Amino acid sequence: MAATLPATPYGSDKKKMERSALGGEPPERRRRLAWADTAFSFAAHSAAWITLALLAGIIGSLVMGAWPSIREYGLSFLWRSEWDPVEDRYGGLVMIYGTLATSFIALIIAVPVSFGIALFLTELSPNWLRRPLGVAIELLAAVPSIVYGMWGLLVFGPILATYVQQPAQALFSDVPILGALVSGAPVGIGILSAGIILAIMVIPFVASVMRDVFETTPAMLKESAYALGSTTWEVVWKVVLPYTKSGVVGAIMLGLGRALGETMAVTFVIGNFNQLNSLSLFEAANSITSAIANEFAEANPGLHQASLMYLGLILFFITFAVLAMSKLLLSRLQKSEGGRT
Amino acid sequence: MSANLLNFDASKLAMHARRKRVNAVTLTLSLAAMAFGLFWLAWILIETIRLGVGGLALSVFTEMTPPPLAETGGLANAIFGSIVMVGLATALGTPVGIMCGVYIAEYGSRTWLGQVTQFINDILLSAPSIVIGLFVYAVVVAQVRSFSAWAGIFALSLIVIPVVIRTTENMLSLIPNTLREAAYALGTPKWKVIWSVTLKAARAGVLTGILLALARIAGETAPLLFTALSNQFFTTSLADPMASLPVTIFKFAMSPYDNWRDLAWAGVFLITLGVLALNILARVLFRKKD
Repeated sequence: MAATLPATPYGSDKKKMERSALGGEPPERRRRLAWADTAFSFAAHSAAWITLALLAGIIGSLVMGAWPSIREYGLSFLWRSEWDPVEDRYGGLVMIYGTLATSFIALIIAVPVSFGIALFLTELSPNWLRRPLGVAIELLAAVPSIVYGMWGLLVFGPILATYVQQPAQALFSDVPILGALVSGAPVGIGILSAGIILAIMVIPFVASVMRDVFETTPAMLKESAYALGSTTWEVVWKVVLPYTKSGVVGAIMLGLGRALGETMAVTFVIGNFNQLNSLSLFEAANSITSAIANEFAEANPGLHQASLMYLGLILFFITFAVLAMSKLLLSRLQKSEGGRT
Repeated sequence: MSANLLNFDASKLAMHARRKRVNAVTLTLSLAAMAFGLFWLAWILIETIRLGVGGLALSVFTEMTPPPLAETGGLANAIFGSIVMVGLATALGTPVGIMCGVYIAEYGSRTWLGQVTQFINDILLSAPSIVIGLFVYAVVVAQVRSFSAWAGIFALSLIVIPVVIRTTENMLSLIPNTLREAAYALGTPKWKVIWSVTLKAARAGVLTGILLALARIAGETAPLLFTALSNQFFTTSLADPMASLPVTIFKFAMSPYDNWRDLAWAGVFLITLGVLALNILARVLFRKKD
């Protein structure tokens, strides 16, 4: 910019001319490093292209890997519930149901709790407690999922079976739907334990992102609302939340993405059993991720491996759809807000 | 007239009371949510420490992974493999991630490429890590026809990239434009504005992103299951299958053998400790710098 400054218009004024001559001279350094601008911009552009190529590569390689299975079953793969490596016949319904059900349970638990935690950390907590609690939540978000999985299998599962499932079975044994929901052997694995463990795993993650997002609200806005007599809840609900809604949806989206694609925490506790015969939340089931994790390395390279790739492709598209939906929702939220003001 | 006024006041008071009630209820629920969250997390950590310390011994660090039902054995090869793969993957993924974040925030925020990249990065961010594993299997392992540590490193670095992009871009877009304008007004070239003004101002966030990525891949199991596979022996060759802590834990924890399960708890303890220590160290260093 400085280099293109116009020639001085102050021809007659000596003093001003001196000054402008001083400013009009482009700094030495800049001219010497002109190439750096090009190089830096090139690096940034190519990094962006690499990211694009990655997505294309992922979709392309999955489609190619899954092709034998896609040709064999087409879309009927989605509602075939048979999965039989011995007979070489495959269908993904059991796994798709398991993935959706566990993530749904996880979100139902995790979203309100994370919101509460973020609210507590930003508005309620005394100052001396805010930092340590925030750090604790952030550190816990970093705990690897395999830890949750192992804990779920060896510690939480048995407790859930003994103290929740068995009493529930005794209570609901004659009630038609509820009874079916809690039937099954009390071993503590299945859809419900997987969902709960996913929720526990996702809570610190979503909460810490939500808290960061809440903290971006300008203090001025909040203070204005307080000064008008708003209660803390009203400030959060009517000022902080509208201001940060894109971030909040983003946080939930991140949590859902993590829950859908989570492998280890689910693989440990879901039981890896292909069945859809019982409604029970306590019956061993299977999810897309755990099927791939358990079978892929040993799958024979024909239809079996292709079907697992197909499952991976479906999982990828589910996460894609979730994301697109949340983006749509976001833009609608923004639009309605624009209409109001 | 006065009756009207009185009614008005009464309804106002009732509304005030209701607002206060709503406030009290929601804030209590928030407190309960905090307690609920901390309860589970504390329980998990306590169990991990209790069972993990029990399996811990010097031999964990010095001996290789044992066969089932052996008397001795450790996790030395798995620990080494994890450190090598996580370190190389972070070194590989971080520059790409930062540059792409810079592109989205500083160059392409209004261009189609910038917007598409941002959208695609959102997808990559929520892309299940096991799908990344499948991709690397198809692209690397199936072509070379052997599992290798390189494939594992490649898979992990693909997880690092979107995390770093997201945080870099977020943090850069929080930098006020006046700062950029001030730098430009001084005649600073663009790369210098980005490198020494905006990126520098955002370095806290960028560093957080790298740490988040590091912490994430340190415990990542799924993408290694069929890329780096595992290895019962110690190896420094990146062209061979390499053991990693998470994959070893998975294998051992699902087994019925007691010695394997004990080692798995020790491994889980180590990995938790490592990830937490990394985070704390970064925070300490970071605060000193500021």
